[in-house]
Amino acid sequence: MRRTKGPVLIVYKMAATLNKGTGLDKNNKYDRQLRLWGDHGQAALESSRVCLINASATGTEILKNLVLPGIGSFTIVDSCKVKGEDVGINFFLTVDSIGKSRAQVATELLSELNEDVAGDFLEEDVDDLLEKNPSFFSTFTTVIATQLPEKTLLHLGKVLWERNIPLIVCRCYGFIGYLRMVIKEHTIVESHPDNTHEDLRLDRPFKGLHEFCDSLDLNSMNKKDHSHTPWLVLLYKYLDIWKNMNGGKIPSTYKEKTALKELIKEGVRRNAEGVPDDEENFEEAIRSVNSSLHATAVPAEIQALFEDPCCLNLNTDSKNFWVMVRALKEFTENEGQGLLPLRGSIPDMTSDSERYIQLQTVYRDQAEIDATAVAGHVHALLHNIGREEPLNPDRTKKPGTLSDSEIRTFCRNAAFLTVLRCRSLEEEYTTETANLEELGQHILEEEEDANSDSDDTVLYILLRAADRFFTEYNRYPSYFDDTLDADIPKLKACLSKLLHDWGLTAGVKDDYVHEICRYGASELHTVAAFMGGVAAQEVIKVVTGQFVPINNTFIYNAQKQTSTTIIL
Amino acid sequence: METEWPGRWDHIQKILLRTGPFAHPSFEPSPEVLSFLKETCKILVIGAGGLGCELLKDLALMGFRDIHVIDMDTIDVSNLNRQFLFRAKDVGKAKADVAAAFINTRIPGAKVTPHFAKIQDFDEDFYRDFHIVVCGLDSIIARRWINGMLISMLKYENGALDQSSVIPMVDGGTEGFKGNARVILPGITACVECTLGLYPPQVNFPLCTIAHTPRLPEHCIEFVRILLWPKEEPFGAGVAIDGDDPNHIKWILEKSQERASQYNISGVNYRLTQGVVKRIMPAVASTNAVISAVCATEVFKLATSCCLPLNNYMNFNDTKGVYTYTFEAEKSEGCLACSDRPQVLNFTETDKLQDIINHLQENATYQMKSPGVTTSMDGKNKTLYMQTVKSIEEKTRENLKKSLKELGLMDKQELYVADVTTPNTLTFQLQLGTKMENS
Repeated sequence: MRRTKGPVLIVYKMAATLNKGTGLDKNNKYDRQLRLWGDHGQAALESSRVCLINASATGTEILKNLVLPGIGSFTIVDSCKVKGEDVGINFFLTVDSIGKSRAQVATELLSELNEDVAGDFLEEDVDDLLEKNPSFFSTFTTVIATQLPEKTLLHLGKVLWERNIPLIVCRCYGFIGYLRMVIKEHTIVESHPDNTHEDLRLDRPFKGLHEFCDSLDLNSMNKKDHSHTPWLVLLYKYLDIWKNMNGGKIPSTYKEKTALKELIKEGVRRNAEGVPDDEENFEEAIRSVNSSLHATAVPAEIQALFEDPCCLNLNTDSKNFWVMVRALKEFTENEGQGLLPLRGSIPDMTSDSERYIQLQTVYRDQAEIDATAVAGHVHALLHNIGREEPLNPDRTKKPGTLSDSEIRTFCRNAAFLTVLRCRSLEEEYTTETANLEELGQHILEEEEDANSDSDDTVLYILLRAADRFFTEYNRYPSYFDDTLDADIPKLKACLSKLLHDWGLTAGVKDDYVHEICRYGASELHTVAAFMGGVAAQEVIKVVTGQFVPINNTFIYNAQKQTSTTIIL
Repeated sequence: METEWPGRWDHIQKILLRTGPFAHPSFEPSPEVLSFLKETCKILVIGAGGLGCELLKDLALMGFRDIHVIDMDTIDVSNLNRQFLFRAKDVGKAKADVAAAFINTRIPGAKVTPHFAKIQDFDEDFYRDFHIVVCGLDSIIARRWINGMLISMLKYENGALDQSSVIPMVDGGTEGFKGNARVILPGITACVECTLGLYPPQVNFPLCTIAHTPRLPEHCIEFVRILLWPKEEPFGAGVAIDGDDPNHIKWILEKSQERASQYNISGVNYRLTQGVVKRIMPAVASTNAVISAVCATEVFKLATSCCLPLNNYMNFNDTKGVYTYTFEAEKSEGCLACSDRPQVLNFTETDKLQDIINHLQENATYQMKSPGVTTSMDGKNKTLYMQTVKSIEEKTRENLKKSLKELGLMDKQELYVADVTTPNTLTFQLQLGTKMENS
């Protein structure tokens, strides 16, 4: 039972009935995003249940960007009635809905966006809900909280932290956007890094690569084959020559790499007059010397995961991720001889089709051998912790076990695994555990360097001061026009007290205090729209387990169009 | 429908009726600022797609009412994951019409005027009417065209720019999780042509790879699209590929798979085939929301002076955390569009006309698509080459192989170049040197 009392939980399930009628193919409808997170990412998204607290403009903008790509369901918790000022900034409220339940109106209008998403709402006060039925939140994949006062936020943060439910806090205040990720532990296999080294192993060639490259003889090739030999093979061969000349060493300095390039250049065929042929593959090989000869090793981030208690102390309840990390560690210490499993892909390069495909197959085959070895460790580990591997012939996965394709994906991404552990709100808001060093540093820089492009951390401090003001006066500074000027010294006093409590002596410029009072806790639609995009994307990251979320606080300055991320 | 109600402007008015230390020096808080937005200010939104839908919503809620929107496209199913003003029942209708109608219904007072048309269908008289132009386009050519149009409308008096002729252009672009937004004050700050290098070059596979040594699934698809389709004409003579016709894609898919299996290449599937044929860019709601919001905030700043506008370029990427980078793109002194420096083409008498055409297409500062070149000889206009009109192309094709000397072109001769990337004919001065001078 999810409801506590009175208010009716209405579910707008147009999904089941209507979608059959329109018959939209999800492959078509979601085509542009499936190219980013794949069918498995979409499946994760479609099984997610998202809770939004407060149908503020910020809140509905976030949900809009989640309903469109097709989350499973959303629930809005909001006890407010629609006011005229809400309609002025919120696209999902209408003027004729003034006085009605804000949760209900927003749910109805958001549900129109996507027939495949179920929307429902609960017209209830969050404080009451947290008091009487905190387990209400246990059913959600992610909770988003917008425009909440500090006291409620901290209570919510505690309840969700205990239950291990990711919380995303989002707030817009004048030209300031604020977002805080509160997740105990989030593990990412597919982080989709932008620029990465290829995993080619030229410094540590595996058996298949040896055999393939050694089977080719450049000297006896005809002109066409010579100029269509993949640069990977060329580099292998000239590296071999170099190593023989240099006691088995790989070129590491600029000078040595230049010498290797010269060696490769000498290998270019010449015509009867001694003029070098135009051999693009040789040019590619020379260009690749700098980028392809880095030492293959287990990255420090991955080493750190190997030493993580979650990896070292597996138990029945261990996450699949950690079981695989442990298997990876065991592979590295055994079959891998100190290396991660081979990624198994190569870049495109000048080549005839046949030899390129052969070379590609050499890498793929080794990757397959490595992944199979990792899978062996995974299954042994699962057995040891009492979680049996899938035995049924159709390979349908039992909960808590791992499919071969999951293990392969894991191996392909082994160098990019990421674990995100955010600090709790409690840690941030308790003076003893707050990250005062970071805050103090920023204030100091701000004070000392008036002309430099200061970062936006100061805006966080101002928001905290405004919250303190709210706690003291039960309104935000200069929310009302008639206290516009009177609130300025009061906010200044709040700011001083805050800094004093933090033991920080440096000051914040008065300009910022004035600016915060100008904002008067207004919520501007375009700032809400910006944060709506940012927060929705963070939810998508959390739900799909792909891409890397913010750690942990993001501040957006819409005046300067700048932003900053800090760990608080 | 009532367009005003208590509280409607409460949030915006805090910014417009109060000033602060970071406001624009010329800002004076007053109720007239809002009145200007509601009653006078006229905004043009170009594009009613992923960015356009967001822009219309953002601007209408920020108080703008007189908004025009231009889009030449109709609604496709694949738009529905982000273009939130469209529903399944709207598929096939004009984007501009549906988007405008939705906004006008949802937001009391909004008066969005749709134009189901191309930007090239309108002239200076149309564009001059707007206070600010906002672009949410996926086409670089269209961006360059409107940029050229706004610059050509600038007026100078005794060499000084007449500020009242400046129509600011706010431009947003997205691809996947990346995006950018910029503010262009034509004639004052860097324009689209000043920073052409910021656009990534379009990747084309060499024809010989496609024809002879395919290695990737994309090579196989390009083989079918470029070489096999015109040869086999599977859907009748002269029928061009329609990326939205599943039968066309299916045919290309099957032929690509045949070719791929000949070469043992794996990975040709429907999604990839359609992606390559239509040159699809991945897109999500969230990035469009972010970039449009930045653009709309900037339009609001420009229209109200409530604070300083973005100076002048912001990059955004939220693959790993959220990364933004804001900087001042610099004006290019020799800019093709916004500088008055004469454009010079350095060639020799023995160079061919084709060399000039290639130069205009490949040089990073020009990047033209299908330049047509004319000149003036003996007081008469002479077309040297024109690609866009078939009959003229056939008549002038021979000129491409001729040397500049054979064509009778002299040193200091003016060449007039027209291209889809600009609304204006550009004047170049030919400088003929010897091989030595140019090398």
